[in-house]
Amino acid sequence: MPELIISSVISCIVAFFAVYVSIPSLIKYLSKHNLAVKDMNKRENIMVVRPGGPSIILGILVSEATLYLFLQRTEILAIMITSLLAFLIGYVDDRKVMGGWFKPVALTVAAVPIILLGTYDSNLAFPLFGEVQIPVLYLGVIILMIPITGNTINSIDVLNGVASGFMTIAGFSLTIGLFVMQNYEIAIASMPLGFVALAFYKYHKIPSKIFPGDSGALAFGAMYGTIAIVGNAEIVAAIALLPAVINSFLFLSSVKRIVEHRQIKGKPVDHDEQFRLRATKDPSAPITLVRLILAGGPLTEKQVGHAIFKLALFSGSLAIITSFLMGIRF
Amino acid sequence: MKKGLFGFLLGMWILIILGGGIVVLILGPISITGFGDIDWFLSSVVKAIIALILVAVWILILSKLKNWIFKKEIQS
Repeated sequence: MPELIISSVISCIVAFFAVYVSIPSLIKYLSKHNLAVKDMNKRENIMVVRPGGPSIILGILVSEATLYLFLQRTEILAIMITSLLAFLIGYVDDRKVMGGWFKPVALTVAAVPIILLGTYDSNLAFPLFGEVQIPVLYLGVIILMIPITGNTINSIDVLNGVASGFMTIAGFSLTIGLFVMQNYEIAIASMPLGFVALAFYKYHKIPSKIFPGDSGALAFGAMYGTIAIVGNAEIVAAIALLPAVINSFLFLSSVKRIVEHRQIKGKPVDHDEQFRLRATKDPSAPITLVRLILAGGPLTEKQVGHAIFKLALFSGSLAIITSFLMGIRF
Repeated sequence: MKKGLFGFLLGMWILIILGGGIVVLILGPISITGFGDIDWFLSSVVKAIIALILVAVWILILSKLKNWIFKKEIQS
């Protein structure tokens, strides 16, 4: 037990500071190479550098590698490899604009190491009702899980600080859920996710100094999805992610096809005279989480971010309740 | 609106719990026999088809729930 505590403390410190310390250098490098995009929600012409993915993956890899030295668990290797592959897929999309299908299809490949390393349990556990054995179907769950979590986190990366703040809340909720389910070693392996996201949030929060980009968002999502699979906590993880799932669901159910946000013609949100965010009346625009939050009236970017965080805290609480229900059987 | 979103989250959570019950109590016990070595494969195919139908039903219910909760906002 003392070894578990020491390894978790060290990996969390490494996760946080690897990101916190590396970002200023990354911002300098990206600024020097003019890798910046306009922050669309600011009145002034503010340019923000991207992607922050390299710092995020650095934090994930060094913290999980540190943990591997202590625990020697193959699941940790699966987390590292899958996150790295997702980062690389996102990085390709950051540097070269790819089609809407590129990320979902490519991310299925990122899920393959989980299968090859055999770091999964094909019994799918549900709260209250127990487990179901689905050996063949579960392979499909693995293949689908990483594209879903990766793209879901990517789709919520719409405002300053939202993706990293949301990931911090969902990541820690999943960690607590894993502790409740007494899956201690995977819970410890999931802790760096929350700390990497928290360190990145320091620079991503409003006003953003750096954006995560596809590489950062996909690395976050893939790590989250892998932890859910190797920790046998798929349902708990899905519940903690519900606000982002709602965003993807609303988007897909209104657009009815898989496309990049930039390919959508109608704008779901614009700005009022005070440059607050405002839901548009455009019927061709997709329904999104932000648009629904703004349906009651215009809000500042910070207020919308806080509304999303409240939803994340609510779903995180539901996820933790669910993890308690995992131990109860009818 | 925010209340509606919290309600939608709660609705999704309840649907997930109930869906889990259906999967464990109905889908799990399905076992096809009489085809020799391919029994397990046929069982998996049947389970996969039923799972896909359940997902489609789940999405349909969510769509109805979404329309019911956000009716005014979506119409605008």
